[in-house]
Amino acid sequence: MATLKELTHREDRLAGGHRLCAGCGASIAVRQVLLGAGVEPVVVGCATGCLEVSTTIYPYSSWKTPFIHNAFENAAATVSGVESAFKALQRAGKIPADKKMKFVAFGGDGGTYDIGLQSLSGAMERGHDMVYVCYDNGAYMNTGIQRSSATPKGAWATTAQVGAAQQGKLQGRKDLTQIMAAHNIPYVAQASISHWKDLTTKAEKAFAVEGPAFLNVFAPCPRGWRLAYNKSVEISKIAVQTGFWPLYEVEDGVWRQTVKVHNRKPIEEFLKPQGRFKHLFKPENADLLAEIQSDVDRAWEQLQKRFETA
Amino acid sequence: MAEQKTVAATGNTVVAEAMRQCKPDVVAAYPITPQTTIVEEYAGFVAKGRVHTEYVTVESEHSAMSACIGASAAGARVMTATASQGLALMWEELHIASGMRLPIVMANANRALSAPINIHCDHGDAMGARDAGWIMYFAESAQEAYDNTIMALKVAEDPSVLLPAMSCLDGFITTHSIDRVDVLDDESVAGFVGEYEPANALLDTDDPVSHGAFAGLGGPFFEFKRAQREAMEAARPVITSVGEAYSQLSGRPFDVIETFGMEDAEVAAVVIGSASGNARHIARQLRAQGVKAGVVKVRVFRPFPYAELAEALRGVKAVAVLDRAESFGAEGGPLFLEVRSALYDASDRIPVVSYIYGLGGSDVRLELMERMFADLSDIAAGSAQPGKLVYLGAR
Amino acid sequence: MAKWDIETIGEWDWRQFPLGAVIPESGNSRDYVTGGWRSERPVRDKETCTQCLLCWISCPDSAIYVEDEQLPDESFNLAHCKGCGICANVCPVEAITMVPEGCDLPEVK
Repeated sequence: MATLKELTHREDRLAGGHRLCAGCGASIAVRQVLLGAGVEPVVVGCATGCLEVSTTIYPYSSWKTPFIHNAFENAAATVSGVESAFKALQRAGKIPADKKMKFVAFGGDGGTYDIGLQSLSGAMERGHDMVYVCYDNGAYMNTGIQRSSATPKGAWATTAQVGAAQQGKLQGRKDLTQIMAAHNIPYVAQASISHWKDLTTKAEKAFAVEGPAFLNVFAPCPRGWRLAYNKSVEISKIAVQTGFWPLYEVEDGVWRQTVKVHNRKPIEEFLKPQGRFKHLFKPENADLLAEIQSDVDRAWEQLQKRFETA
Repeated sequence: MAEQKTVAATGNTVVAEAMRQCKPDVVAAYPITPQTTIVEEYAGFVAKGRVHTEYVTVESEHSAMSACIGASAAGARVMTATASQGLALMWEELHIASGMRLPIVMANANRALSAPINIHCDHGDAMGARDAGWIMYFAESAQEAYDNTIMALKVAEDPSVLLPAMSCLDGFITTHSIDRVDVLDDESVAGFVGEYEPANALLDTDDPVSHGAFAGLGGPFFEFKRAQREAMEAARPVITSVGEAYSQLSGRPFDVIETFGMEDAEVAAVVIGSASGNARHIARQLRAQGVKAGVVKVRVFRPFPYAELAEALRGVKAVAVLDRAESFGAEGGPLFLEVRSALYDASDRIPVVSYIYGLGGSDVRLELMERMFADLSDIAAGSAQPGKLVYLGAR
Repeated sequence: MAKWDIETIGEWDWRQFPLGAVIPESGNSRDYVTGGWRSERPVRDKETCTQCLLCWISCPDSAIYVEDEQLPDESFNLAHCKGCGICANVCPVEAITMVPEGCDLPEVK
């Protein structure tokens, strides 16, 4: 567990000059994850999406480490191929036997929860020595804020609009972190850019594991959330404090809450600053708002039981 | 010539053998009929410790090609195999493999595409991928499937080419029939294909590179496509020289097209794959009866041998192009479109007829070939006009 | 590697681009200026700042300098800073303020 001062001695593997929006949570997530990765070389793969496009607009790359993008739904499969090549080339004596290398794939929630879920599930099941990091901003932001299975209930999105017949997304979120935990891989964790120490520690653990690890990182999109650009980190903290985004890890099957929340704040504090939830505060949507609170409560209670039985 | 062993084996067995002899670092593959026995044979090599290959048993063909791309970009020699729906599922990845200039070699067990679902041979799968930027070899026999696979790797990895290559063999007919095959010894194949020297290996951590950049927003996308076009053109002489070297090693002749009776043919059929033997058989019978019949077999479909075909068909009075694939709405099958285009610059206007045959494994009976040659003779004699398109043998 | 010279890239023909759209130089977006996106710039009060580095770990643009575990006097890389204001927002002692940007921007590519 490194201090901030210690982390400054590590290489910042993402260069500036990328073209992500001001206040983007994705690049904060990437910086913190890669700072946690330690000093060994890291090879990065990335799903198509904001992060990939904005960091590799030809002829510029923001990656100071080997980088590969293939397509949208296959970051996990692609990195599994890279990792397999490393093993084979080491076996063939073309890479020194004592050389260490780490492999990580980044994908947004669209590329991870939805179109890339099969590829991710396959790669984790096969046991590749790689870390998969989902930067979850809760919608297809690169194509213009379309709903994904990570979009919260009630949120406005360009494919889950607000009007007389519909109040944003009708369905709740898929719980990807628990789906990944159900793969029985050595390490799964949920983290947030607001809690750098928790996040970098989890990244450190994920990279230290021999075999697959999965990190789900809360990474706000000010543009898509209709949120002030300077509030990405602040809203992430509120997401944790309201219990919307619990911080926990599943290490070798043991579930542990890594950041305790003693007095959960009401979900309204998370929803209110975001324009995508504006309609929920109309009097006629009071029931929906109450339903969202009870959804959070129920998920929270269920998760607490996991920790209790651990 | 190298030491060779004569074996009785299926096409899939000898393709798996060719793969083993090429020593790929990574094989990522997903089972699909009628390719399955290739990946099963390879799994056997892995289990017996006969290969150093990292064998990635992916959860789909899309992930198979995705993992191949990752591994190839990493700097590994990569091979795989698929068929039909599997090839269709990896369609977007075929374009990415060629756009990233990764010399992946893939065997394809030609099988019809659904619907209706059908597991038998036609070329609809491979022909659907003909614009994906892959070099494409087609085999008539298990022997050719073995030879093509080894040559394809050598061509794909040539520094002046660096394109992926497909080695196609006809589903069941070639993949599963036991055939007589001469197999080279391991050392000869290893020496022939040599070591792969990757360009821009991702695993070079001392000199990091970025693969898969975004070239839109006024970026040089167009120029990269031009480079791919030039690489495909550069593959032509490489295919020929690799074929010559392989012929010396194996004693088996190779050319991008193979002709029978074309020195004086008046009527000719152009064909791909396992049906070539039936076409030649009938042509041979007709020639005994005084009919000047010939056959041109296309062994390399991409890059397409335009000049060689135009030369072979010079002076012919009527040509039938046999397509085991559809191109619905086009004037004929994919091979027909290529052949007619190849003849456009010929001084004589040669009548060319599109014959669609054998879809979904439909039998390619000898009498169908006879009927086709009879049609051609009528057209050559001026007693019949060339028809638009013939569904040969369909009820 | 040696710096990839892309000064004249606008005039290159297809032969001159590296194979398969590979970018052979790592991290060269450092040469791309995004500072022009900014309407406000961060200003740090050195007296108030406690050097906690929360701004550094929270910056989405890798635009905060650290030398010897400290923010130097020139703390911000204004060629990259997009003026999002996260640094000011996370600062526990309000040592960073966002001020309206003037016109002395670095040259925009």
